[in-house]
Parts: sequence; C-alpha cells; structure tokens
Amino acid sequence: MNILVCISKAPDTTSKIAFTNNHTQFDENGVQYIVNPYDEWYALVRALELKETIGGSVTIVTVGTATDEAVIRKALAIGADEAVRIDADPKDAYFVAMQVASYAKSKGFDLVMTGKETINYNGSQVGGMIAEAMDLPFVSLATKLDANGATLTLEREIVGGVQVVEVSTPAVVSCAKGMAEQRIPNMRGIMAARTKPLTVIPAEAVEDLSSYVSYSMPNAKSSVKMIDPSNMDELVELLHNEAKVI
Amino acid sequence: MVLVYINSTTGLSKAALETVTYGKKLGGDVTVITNGSASNEQLAQLGEYGASKVLVDRSVDGEDPQQLARLVAAIADQISASTVIFSHDIYGKAVAPRLSVRMKAGLVAGAIAVPEADGSIKVNVFSGKAVGYVNVASAKRIISLLPNSIQPEKSGSACSVEETSGLAGASSIKVIETKKPEGNIPLPEAELVVSAGRGLKGPENWGMIEELADALGAATACSRPVADIGWRPHHEHVGQTGVAIRPNLYIAVGISGAIQHLAGVNGSKVIVVVNTDTEAPFFKAADYGIVGDAFEVIPRLTEAVKRFKATQH
Repeated sequence: MNILVCISKAPDTTSKIAFTNNHTQFDENGVQYIVNPYDEWYALVRALELKETIGGSVTIVTVGTATDEAVIRKALAIGADEAVRIDADPKDAYFVAMQVASYAKSKGFDLVMTGKETINYNGSQVGGMIAEAMDLPFVSLATKLDANGATLTLEREIVGGVQVVEVSTPAVVSCAKGMAEQRIPNMRGIMAARTKPLTVIPAEAVEDLSSYVSYSMPNAKSSVKMIDPSNMDELVELLHNEAKVI
Repeated sequence: MVLVYINSTTGLSKAALETVTYGKKLGGDVTVITNGSASNEQLAQLGEYGASKVLVDRSVDGEDPQQLARLVAAIADQISASTVIFSHDIYGKAVAPRLSVRMKAGLVAGAIAVPEADGSIKVNVFSGKAVGYVNVASAKRIISLLPNSIQPEKSGSACSVEETSGLAGASSIKVIETKKPEGNIPLPEAELVVSAGRGLKGPENWGMIEELADALGAATACSRPVADIGWRPHHEHVGQTGVAIRPNLYIAVGISGAIQHLAGVNGSKVIVVVNTDTEAPFFKAADYGIVGDAFEVIPRLTEAVKRFKATQH
C-alpha cells in the first residue's frame, strides 16, 4: 500500500504564544517547531506500521518554506521513505489542501492520511478538503485503521461513541488518538534521514478563500478564589449565585 | 440566505439549536437541511429558534461526509445560500471542509462568536491560548460553530417541514458496528464536567467522582496519564491530544494542570481545582481553588450539591 502522510509544523506545546506587527502575525521569536503531534504520533506512525506489515511505501508531504526542512527530516528519521515539500507559505487550509491534492492526484496513492487537526490552528479542515478535491471518500477522526487488500476497516469517533466502518481505497483518513503510539527516532533513523530523498516542487496558484486579519490573547483569569475545604456549601453557593453555572 | 446543516439522527441536540440561533443572528432567512429520524413535529420546533423552513432527507443516514456534502451543496445552490452553518462537531469537521472545496467558499472552522463589525469571525487558535479573527474573501462562506459558544434563543414559532431526496448520491462508507455507551452524557456536549487525575491513586477510587457527577448531572473526564495507564477509558481523556471541551463548569480533582491538559479545558467558563498541592499549576487557571484531600473534599462536596438540589425543587 502506497501511503501519503500530510505533515505540518507546529510550535512546541510549551512555546510562548505572542503576536507581532500590530497583532497580525504569530511571533516566531524563540519558538521551537515540531511535527504537529497528530500528524506524527497518529498518522505517520500508523502509516509506518501498515508498511511494515503489508509492504508498500510511506511518503510525507508538507506545504512550507525551506525553514521547515528540519521538521521534515524529523519525520524522515521516524521512518518515512521520502519527503516532498511544496514550496510556499501555507496561507490557509484551502491553499494547503489544493496543493496536496494536486500533487497526490498525479501519484496514485492508495491512502492519504492527516492528523485530526494542527495544534496551532485547530481547524480540522485539510483532510476533508483534500478528499473533496480528489473526489475520494473521507473518514474523519479515525482511532483505528487496518487494511485488507483494497478494503480499509476503521474505527472512528462519533457523537457519544465510536463506530466501525469500511471503505475502499483510495481514501483519505484523518487520525486521532488511539491510532498508534509515539515513536522516538533512533540514531540510525536520524542518520538515514539525512540522505533520504526530499523533493521540492513549486506551488500552484490558488485563490485565497480566507485569512487571519488579527489575533488577540484571551482575557486573563482574575485570581483564583480559595475556598475552605471544610465548607463545600460555600463553593456550591458561589457556583450557583456568583458563577451561575449550577 | 442562510443554510444550516444539522444532524438529527438522535433528535434535536443543543448544538443543533445553537447553530439555528446563530443563523438567525446573522440576519436573513434561515433554511435548515437535515437527515435522520427526528419526527416532523420535532423538526418544526426549529422554527422557534429562527428557521423559516426545514428540509429533511430521510434516505441519507449521515454516515458519509461525501454524501452530506453533495446534499448540502445542492440545497445551498437551490436556495442561493450565501452562508452555510455547521456545528464544529464530527459533521463540521468532516462535511464542512468538503463543502468548502465544492462551493469554493471560505471556511471559518470553530467560530466562537457572531461576526465582528468588520465581518471577521472570532475563532480559538493555539489550542485556546489565543483567539484569531478570520476574514472570508470568497462571496460565499461556511461557518462551523464551536459547541457551547452561544446559547439557543427562541425568536419565532414552529415552521414548515418538507421532505427532499435524490440529491445525495450513493454512500461510500459501510457501517459495520456502532458502539455508544448507554446513559452517558457525551463529553463534548456536557455543560458540567467532573474530571480526575493521578491524585486519585487508583481506578477503584472513581466511585466518588461518579457520585459527584451524578449529583450534578455532569459527565466524567480524566487526565492523560490516567487514560494511558488504563484507569479510565480513552474517550474520557481531555487535553491537547485527547478531547478539547468547553463546559460551563469543569471540576478538576487531583490533576496538576500540565500545559497539555490546560489546552483541552481552558475554554471552560468556570474551573474549580481540588488538589493537595498548593503549588499545583492548575490553581493559576482556576476560578475557585480548594487545597485539600480529595477523599475528604469530594464526598463533602457531593453532599453539599445534594442539599442544594433538594432546595431547588
């Protein structure tokens, strides 16, 4: 099975979130980028497991600039066979999805995998957009994935539970927790990643559908009110009369 | 024209009422398209929240986002909708992106408020650590509304319900099995949540958490370590890699408040933290804090909630 895994960079979870240029741009000063955890831990690792059991190849694709190559090498160190960077500043989810779909259409992958969302923009958009652009079935928020010939069996999150579904390849799947366990790249993987193929291809012209005009920080919490642990009636009274949540 | 998609397979959810209310707040005529088994009588109630007409396709089971995207796109075309609204749940995350490509309409994913004066729409970004304002450049737009961002509001009376069919095409997804735990409140929809972590020392101690949740009518949740070591099921895990929730009340018991956990709950309106450690970072994000032993505090709180509930009837 030939699998394409879409990866995005994301700021490390512990990064300080700040904005510059009159609150219109994310402040990258001192920010460490990682592979978006959903893309890495779930989509990429499960793709590698499938390759190890049934054969095939795992290609990673990202839409980004040359500075993203460190993140790409990390994904290669975990075990992907080759990488493709579509050379552009990712403007919005639509732009990214159109680039990936255009590349994937020409290559005939059996399966395209994404994380369920990125931890910076949390939109959960790219997977579904790729599926529509390629006119393929889409299974979102999958927590398990097995392949038997051209049939994929998946478990996915639904409102209030989970569901087991089947779909034929080619298909697009977005991956959530449960899919796989995180893999730490070993020294051999890191060395091998240095020489794995990383192809850079130009981006296509895509119209802008949306953009972030500005950002702001949520209002800081007023300081915590401490309650005497022996007086839970007081807490209940505050939750009812002051916070008005019960 | 505004088109709202709701899933009504399990009746009218609060999220459905929120999206119709949101559509009404945008101004203009609101049409609802739905699939599923809610009765015409139930669907007509959407008129009370601002819908002027409900269209229902009972032949579509709602399991295939591709089918739903075809259905919603066809109706949007028929009524010349300029805005299509979803709830940012599994449908907003699967169908709305497809529809965005199909209609070439910019998607605002996870809106948390009605549009600002300049037309931009507020969304959570960086896992709730900041907010961004999204501007849609295309003539048509799609908005998926984060659940529990606005309250349903009644503004009208029952509306007409019409059946539609033949627009969705075939499904490409075959459902083998659906597993829904009975009686539980789905976490993302819960308004009140009681959550516990390693401070509880073992899975056998969750009884008191469930009793407090029962007394409040709350859902239960847990931290990542607790799900990872198997004390609680994975679907209860809230945080960066688990479920992100934004209930009205989040009670965290024996959870230190690591940044990854906070990322999943920082949208909660009110946070109560119970911890033995006065230095627990969670207290900085809390509205109310109790430094004390959960094994004493929680049963006491449950009793206090029961006394309060008794006075409310």
